[in-house]
Parts: sequence; structure tokens; C-alpha cells
Amino acid sequence: MTTGAWPRPARVALVVVPLAFLAVFFLYPVIAIVGRGLAPHWSVDFDPVGQVVTDAALRHIAWFTIWQATLSTVLTLAFGIPGAYVLARCEFPGRGLVRALVTVPFVLPTVVVGSAFVALLGDGGPLASLGLDQTLGAILIAHVFFNYSVVVRTVGSLWSHLDPRPEEAARLLGASRLRAFREVTLPALRPAIATAGAIVFLFTFTSFGVILILGGPGTATLETEIYRQTAQLLNLPLAAALTIVQLVAIVALLLATSWIEGRQRVALSLRAASETARRVRTTGARVFLAGNLAVMAVLLGVPVAVLVVRSFDTPTGLGLDYYRALGEVHAGSTLFVEPAHAIANSLRFAVAATAIAVAVGGCAAFALASSRRRGLDTLVSLPLGVSAVTVGFGFLIALDHPPFDLRGSWWLVPIAQALVAVPFVVRVMTPVLRAIDPRLRDAAATLGASPARVWREVDLPIVARAALVAAGFAFAISLGEFGATVFIVRPDQPTLPVLVYRLLGQPGPLNFGGAMAASVILMGLTMLAMLGIERFRAGTVGSF
Amino acid sequence: MLELSALTVSYDGFVAVAGVDLEVRDGEIVCILGPSGSGKSSLLRAVAGLEPDARGRVAWDGADLARVPPHRRGFGLMFQDHVLFPHRDVHGNVAFGLRMQRLPRAEIETRTRDALALVGLSGFERRRIRELSGGEQQRVALARALAAEPRLLMLDEPLGALDRALRERLVTELRSLFVRLGLTTLFVTHDHDEAFALADRLVVMHEGRIEQIGTPAAVWQRPANAFVAQFLGWNVTSAFSGRCSAVRPEDIRVVPPGAPGGVVGTVSARTFRRDHFLLVVHVDDPDGAEPVQVQVSVHAGWIPDIGERVGLAAEGLVVLADG
Repeated sequence: MTTGAWPRPARVALVVVPLAFLAVFFLYPVIAIVGRGLAPHWSVDFDPVGQVVTDAALRHIAWFTIWQATLSTVLTLAFGIPGAYVLARCEFPGRGLVRALVTVPFVLPTVVVGSAFVALLGDGGPLASLGLDQTLGAILIAHVFFNYSVVVRTVGSLWSHLDPRPEEAARLLGASRLRAFREVTLPALRPAIATAGAIVFLFTFTSFGVILILGGPGTATLETEIYRQTAQLLNLPLAAALTIVQLVAIVALLLATSWIEGRQRVALSLRAASETARRVRTTGARVFLAGNLAVMAVLLGVPVAVLVVRSFDTPTGLGLDYYRALGEVHAGSTLFVEPAHAIANSLRFAVAATAIAVAVGGCAAFALASSRRRGLDTLVSLPLGVSAVTVGFGFLIALDHPPFDLRGSWWLVPIAQALVAVPFVVRVMTPVLRAIDPRLRDAAATLGASPARVWREVDLPIVARAALVAAGFAFAISLGEFGATVFIVRPDQPTLPVLVYRLLGQPGPLNFGGAMAASVILMGLTMLAMLGIERFRAGTVGSF
Repeated sequence: MLELSALTVSYDGFVAVAGVDLEVRDGEIVCILGPSGSGKSSLLRAVAGLEPDARGRVAWDGADLARVPPHRRGFGLMFQDHVLFPHRDVHGNVAFGLRMQRLPRAEIETRTRDALALVGLSGFERRRIRELSGGEQQRVALARALAAEPRLLMLDEPLGALDRALRERLVTELRSLFVRLGLTTLFVTHDHDEAFALADRLVVMHEGRIEQIGTPAAVWQRPANAFVAQFLGWNVTSAFSGRCSAVRPEDIRVVPPGAPGGVVGTVSARTFRRDHFLLVVHVDDPDGAEPVQVQVSVHAGWIPDIGERVGLAAEGLVVLADG
């Protein structure tokens, strides 16, 4: 897509709109955080940051953050790589369906993942006897559940296109099956494994909702501690200092990742996926396939199933009591409104956030597609890497006074959610816009289409479809957004994820059941958005 | 009738088409034949109006088209790699040009169906483009260009992506189709068989210039210069007559060395080509200046081996002006 034919003001707007949006709602809050953390009293003071490094309790939190992310990454790779092989290379009936189902957990809101594992491992859950509730174990399992599909998709997509003949050649030269895998296939897969590992590490390093819900006293991470210091202890300078440490760590992580990826580039001979898949023939292969499918069913299917069942499992038998209870304010509740309002709030916020994200991200995508502005590319991806908690905390301390006084404004929440969604919008739309073959326009012109008609017949349908897919993603992300929203949402306007979190924090079966029911509703709405995407996705829009 | 005079296309100083003069008469099939990079595609794009920087004159029936944008020229162009609209199905691609002409719906449907029937793709209307094979995509591209009934149909390597068997069949089909429809056609290719089988008139192009224009028979019998002769597979040598001339490998006979009227040389390579052997013979050169290689095709009789001494007798020498 070239914007060369566009009038100059339009071209300028395409760059200025996203830049201004990111400057005000991302860079300015981050600068405010740094200011709070380093110079709380208008003079530079490294004490709060120093405290994070010297204070034993805070050092433990930083250490635990890295530790749990490392363990989560290793475990996810250990489960995900065999899964990737099975879905990439083995032909079996229903493979397409399994592939689609496996990606479901990744699009679930973190809060839903959290409450699904509370339902499974917590009091009254089928696996409560394992005693994993509020432990590192629960967090690790939930992280594997959540990120399994990252490994399956990243590693599996390369694996399914990898030429199988080098491995066959190694076998004929005398290598055992394992040896051939280690010496031929594994090196070819290494870039994809490194990428998947880096993504999983980043996600689990900045994991917030899952840990907040599943974790216990000993499982605080930088993210949850930022929230605790802000929301419960009101120690903003320390929260700011923690955020600075977090930011530095993430930037270092992103730099290391791109360095590793740069070194890992290998020239590979690739084949169509249909040429590499093999029917399963030997008994060993059948056992391996069945084992992996069982892991997928237990790991990915059981928590969701238990969540759904427990949302109907009332003390008086199966029923809709918990769903009905969402419509009432009951005695002793610390919620200010009927829980059902949260559904309407969530939908309204998500619609507004989607509109903002598609407008801003669409402009950025057009600007990126028409030139190679690497700076803008990096800038729009930043909120993704930098974690939602940073966005929410930044909003809290930066946008409550002039020049940007949005205190109490309804728009604060959708803007924060849009900020989290913009990188996804850009990632979905830019490749599509770039890929419009300029000769399609030539072809339309030689068939009699005027320039305006060419735009309407060639550019618009492709752009519109990409925008719809991007909107679907933005909607699903906004709907499930928790990390930023929980910082800034007004107590009387909770969203569904915030409602689930609050209900889980309150005693009694009615609150617990309500959390289950609200989680199921949230999951259903997210699934609807994703199904909508699939409808428009066919054809020219790829995955990311 | 299409008239080009002094047509020139250049990109950043590189001249792709250098002052071409050409006429395509109504109902005529003209083929531009040349190696890749000879400026053939640029010429087609300039005629279609897709090269804004093209200079020179493009005229239709005497009217200059300089100010006529591509969509008002009424010329169809079938692109080399199809360039089908990926977001439309087969029907949507073929009907596109008809919709642009604002034809009534019923006529659009009829003509779309007819065009698909013409290329043998009846019933493919609802197929997605990416589900089609290369050959099917090529037919859809042809149907799309034909359905709009352009006053001039241009094709860029129309059979390029197809395998040999399919190509040989389609060449004959295409020619009878163009003749039956009375289409004025300008197409480019680098493939000799395709060019000679399809064209009423051949234009041999090289480095942006026209080297020769003529009927296939005329070009085949009398290449105008050394480039055309070599491009068509002739030997260009002065070994036989002392003057630079062209001779086809088929027109050289292998005779015993020392036979009257022959030149003498040594066989340096021998390859088998479907129905004959192709010999490369190093001719003894009395001056010893440059080694002279001559290609000779041998169908029967004495088939000398590598290293054997042979005599060569040539017929049908074409003396070249520019040698």
C-alpha cells in the first residue's frame, strides 16, 4: 500500500495521530512514573530504586519474578514442543479441530484463566486435595495452559514446513532416530524455539491477573507488588521504583531477544505442510500421539470444563442460581452495583476502546505500510512489551492533573484498553496493507476502473477486511483487559474481569459461584469475538 | 489500428524501450519475441497507459492516447503472473471489467459464463483464486481480459507458467480463438514455439529496440541480422563463404573430411535432442585467429563421435549485412 497518491495533510495525519496518542497516553505516563520513582520530591533521589535492590523482601520479589518466568518457560516448552510435533507432522482425524481448540486458551482473558484454575485447584475443586492452591505450582500450571499455544503455533508452523528429507538422509547415514532429531531437526527448529521461549518468558514475566488470582502470600511478583503498593499501601514512590526496575528488565529482555533472533537466522529449505505430514503407522508413534492428545485434553480442556460446571453447580444441584444472582445486589456485598452492570460496562468500554484502537492503529499501519519507519514500528509495539500494569499505573499518576486531567473521566478506561490493543491492530493490518500488489490496481485500471473506483474495488475490500479482523482482536483484548483497567476503573463501574477478581476475593459460595458465572460469560463473549474474526480472516489476512 | 511511434520508456536512466515504431492492424495477431529484459513488458505497459513516464506517440485509429488514462483506453492486458484479485472469486474476477462498463446484470452474467466456457472453466464461478492451479489461474486471467471485449488484447507471456504439454495444446487453441473472435492482439513472449505458432506478424526485440519485423515464415527464412539469427538458433559464421552469414544447424551436412566444397573440423561435443544429434564442431581456421564453433544437427547416416575429424558442407547461407 502506498500513500504516495494521498494529499500531504492526510499523510502527515497518518503519522501524527498515532504519535500524539502514544506521546500523551504512553510516553508521558512512563516519564511521570520515572519522575515519581527517581525524584519524588523534585530532587533526584535513588532511594526508592535502591530500596528495591537492597531490601530483602523486595529483592525476593524480583528474584521470584524471574524464577517463576524461567520455570514457566521451560515447562511450557517441554509440553509444547512434543505438542507442536504432533499437530505439525502427524496426520490423524480431527487434526484441524484440535489445532483450533489448542489456541483457545491463549485468547482467554487472564482473569478467566485464573478463575478456571481456582475452580480446579481451590476449595471444593476436584483437585483441591493436591494442595496447589495459592502456590507456585498453580501459577506454573496456569502459565503452561495459557502459553501452550504460543509454542505450538510458533514452533509448529515452522516444523510443518520443514523439509523432512535432511532427517531421512541422516537416518540413512547411520544416525539413530534421536540422533537425527538432535543433529538435524533441532538446529533447524532452534530459531522458532528461541522465539517462542522469548515470548513465553516475556508474557510470564509480566503476568499479572493469573498470579494475582492464583498466587498466595509467597508468590508476589513485580507486577502484583506494584499493584499492592499502589492500591493497598498507597506507597506510590515505591510502586514507581518497582515499575522502573520492571521497565529496565523488559527493555533488556527485548534487546536480548532481538539479538538472539538475529544470530539464529538459518537458511532452511521449506516445503508445503501437506508434503511433510505423515500418517501415524508404528505402535510407538500411536502411543506418542495419544499421550500428547491426552496432555492437551487434560491440561487445556479440564480447567475450562470445571469452570463451566462449577458455574452451574449450586448447593441445591445444577442450576442457573449464580447467573441469576449476578442481577442482584445482595446483603454484605462490597460491590456498589448489580454485578450484571459489569457486562454492559465491559461491552461499552470495549466498543469505545476498539474504535480508538482501530483508528489509531489503522493510521499507524497505513504510515508503516507506505514506508519503513522503524522508529514508529518499535514505538507502537512498546505498550505490548511494557505490560498493562505499567500502563494502568502510569495513567493513575500522570493523567489526574493538568495538562491532562482526565480524573474520573469515563474515557480513561477505554483509552488504556486501546493502548494495550493498538500493537495488535498494527500487527494485523500492516502486513495486509503492505501486501497489496500495486499491479492489482493496474489490472483494475486496464479493465476500465477509474482511480476512485480502483480504490473502492481493490484497496477498500482488502483494507476493510483487515480492519474488521483487527477490530475483533481489539474487542477481545479490551473485553478481557485486566492489568490496566483494575488501576483506573471507578469502583461503581467495574468491568467483567474486575468483577470476577472482586468476587473471588470475597467469602461465601454465592460470591464464588458469581465469579464462576461471570468468568463463563466473559469467556463466551471473547469466543464470540474470535469467531467473528475467523469469519473475516479467510483469504488475504494472515496470522501473527 | 494501433500505432506506436518513437515510443520510449526509461526508468531512472535505464532505457527499457528505445524509440519503437510499430503498427498493429485490426484483427491482426502481432507477437513481440525477445529474450527476457528486452523491454517487451514495458512496451505493453506503456501501450496500456500504465507507464506515466513513457514518451513518444501511442495512437488508436489515428487518435493520440497521451491524455487518455488506462481505464478509458479499452485495452485489455493479461499480466504475466495473472494478477487476479485475491479477494474475489472466479466470477468476481471475470465480471469485473463488465461491471466497470455498467452493463445490465443479465448481460454481465451471460458474458461471464461465456468467457469461462471459452477457456474451459465452466462451473468454476464460485471457486476462490487460491484454490486454483497455475494453469487455471492463467485461464481465469484470460477470461477476465476476454470478457471485457477489449478493442486491443495484450498478453504478457500468456503461457509462461504452464508445463510444456499444456502449452503446446493451448497455443493452437488460443490462435483459433483469437481468429474466431477477430481480436486485435499484441502479445509478448520469449518462447520461439509460442511466437511462431500464434503470430500473424513477428517483432523481434532486443535491448529496447526492434531488430526485425515480418511474418513468421519471412523471419524464419531470412533473419535480418546476427542477433536475430543467433536468437533463432542459427550459426553466425564466416567459415563457409568468407563473408559473415547465417546458417541453420539443419542446413549443414556432415561429409567425409577432404570432400570437395567442405570445411574441415573436429567434433568437440555431441548431445542428443529428441529426434537428432547436435554436434559442436571446431572448424580448422587457417588464420588461427579465433576458434570457430559450428553447431550441426545430424538425423541419420554417419553420426561422428567426439574427437572425430569431419567435413562440413553448408546450404542456404543467408549473408548478413551487419556481420
